[in-house]
Amino acid sequence: MLKTVAIIDYDAGNLTSVACAIRHLGREPVVTQDPAEVRAAERVIFPGVGAAGAAMENLRQLQLDRAIEDVFESGKPVLGICVGYQVILEHSEEDQGTDCLGILKGKVKRFRFAPGVVRKIPHMGWNEVRFENHHPVFQDLPEGSQFYFVHSYYPLPKDAAVVQGTAVDGGVQLAAAMANRNLPAVQFLPEKSGQPGLRILENFLTWKP
Amino acid sequence: MLSKRIIVCLDVRDRKTTKGIRFQGNVDIGDPVSMGERYYHEGVDELVFYDITASAEGRPIDIEMVKEVARRIFIPFSVGGGIRSLEDMRRVLLAGAEKVSVNSLAVRNPQIISEGARVFGNQCIVLGMDALGVEKSSSIPSGYEVVVKGGRERTGLDALAWAQRAEELGAGEICVNSIDADGTKEGYELTITSRIGEALGIPVIASGGAGTPEHLRQVLSEGKADAALIASMVHYGEYSIAQIKKYLAESGLRIRL
Repeated sequence: MLKTVAIIDYDAGNLTSVACAIRHLGREPVVTQDPAEVRAAERVIFPGVGAAGAAMENLRQLQLDRAIEDVFESGKPVLGICVGYQVILEHSEEDQGTDCLGILKGKVKRFRFAPGVVRKIPHMGWNEVRFENHHPVFQDLPEGSQFYFVHSYYPLPKDAAVVQGTAVDGGVQLAAAMANRNLPAVQFLPEKSGQPGLRILENFLTWKP
Repeated sequence: MLSKRIIVCLDVRDRKTTKGIRFQGNVDIGDPVSMGERYYHEGVDELVFYDITASAEGRPIDIEMVKEVARRIFIPFSVGGGIRSLEDMRRVLLAGAEKVSVNSLAVRNPQIISEGARVFGNQCIVLGMDALGVEKSSSIPSGYEVVVKGGRERTGLDALAWAQRAEELGAGEICVNSIDADGTKEGYELTITSRIGEALGIPVIASGGAGTPEHLRQVLSEGKADAALIASMVHYGEYSIAQIKKYLAESGLRIRL
């Protein structure tokens, strides 16, 4: 049990591609809704696509909110992806305002562009991420690597020191990658971002925080 | 800033990639999963697997093929053709596809767009549209009519109005395929593509007519498209993905290299 990679399933979008990517990297993940299985795992992936409101509702109902907090407190590696990154913050503007897990200080905001800036929402497609530090999970990524994004809201951690990588669209700079202790998180979908995305997942699978 | 996307379309029939001109005279050219995998390694941004006979034959989509793609390819891909219901959408998405594409189904039942968007999210729903150049009239003010069944059946819908309606219903993206240009290799149809691109707040994928990298440059700049769909120009080895991307990057477009 101690060696498992748990992928948290809380009915927020598609986990098949995350599971496929982990298998491709040589590990057999456990896709689970069971808080006990999440607590028992060696490391945890917290993915998700969709709306913050429904995500939080499902997490609470399945009692996975507590499990995620416990795993974070225990110091085991946890990787947040997309909505799994957003809901670890304190609050999201989505769904008329949603209170989130609050593991990380900060909020999630809707894209707003300056007048005259024409940008399509969702922010969907490939964008460059500039990595600033040399966090072990974000290592060995070629300069100028692009990643696949799909989102209409973006995370804004309060503490700038946690930000590991930034992307820019229409003048909005977003914290595309961050790491807070044993919890790194990315706004893009590493499982859909080709080689550099797989590199991040592989780094995460061997990382000892 | 987002990169312009290059998408390779694989028309699939009985688990084989096939290609015809204006939807006729199809010949089989290879295994779709292996071809998709090759394009993935060559740096394509996205793939579309389109089951061209599932609809006509009333067959469900080849889910095993979708699963196989998801096991081997780690970029977004969409699946179209043969989607008849929300349940079909669910099966395709759960098998690992990022998006589903609906075309004639949405013409018959536009609510499938809003239902699909509500259940799975806007980003999952791509409206595919075949547009045919016709004389402008009061019912077809843009001069482009939506057609189905590979162009054999006209719908009476104006292509621009239909695109706007699909956006309102919740489509996350629209793929505009020109029936006139499809398979000709003479360039994309820029008129209706740019009009839809300017009018919509969601990404537009241009399809039909790509023959040279310059055609892609045209449609991604003058044609206002966010993404360009290609098929024959890479299927027969005439161009590589890298070659096309290099040309586009050198002409000043933002491209993922």
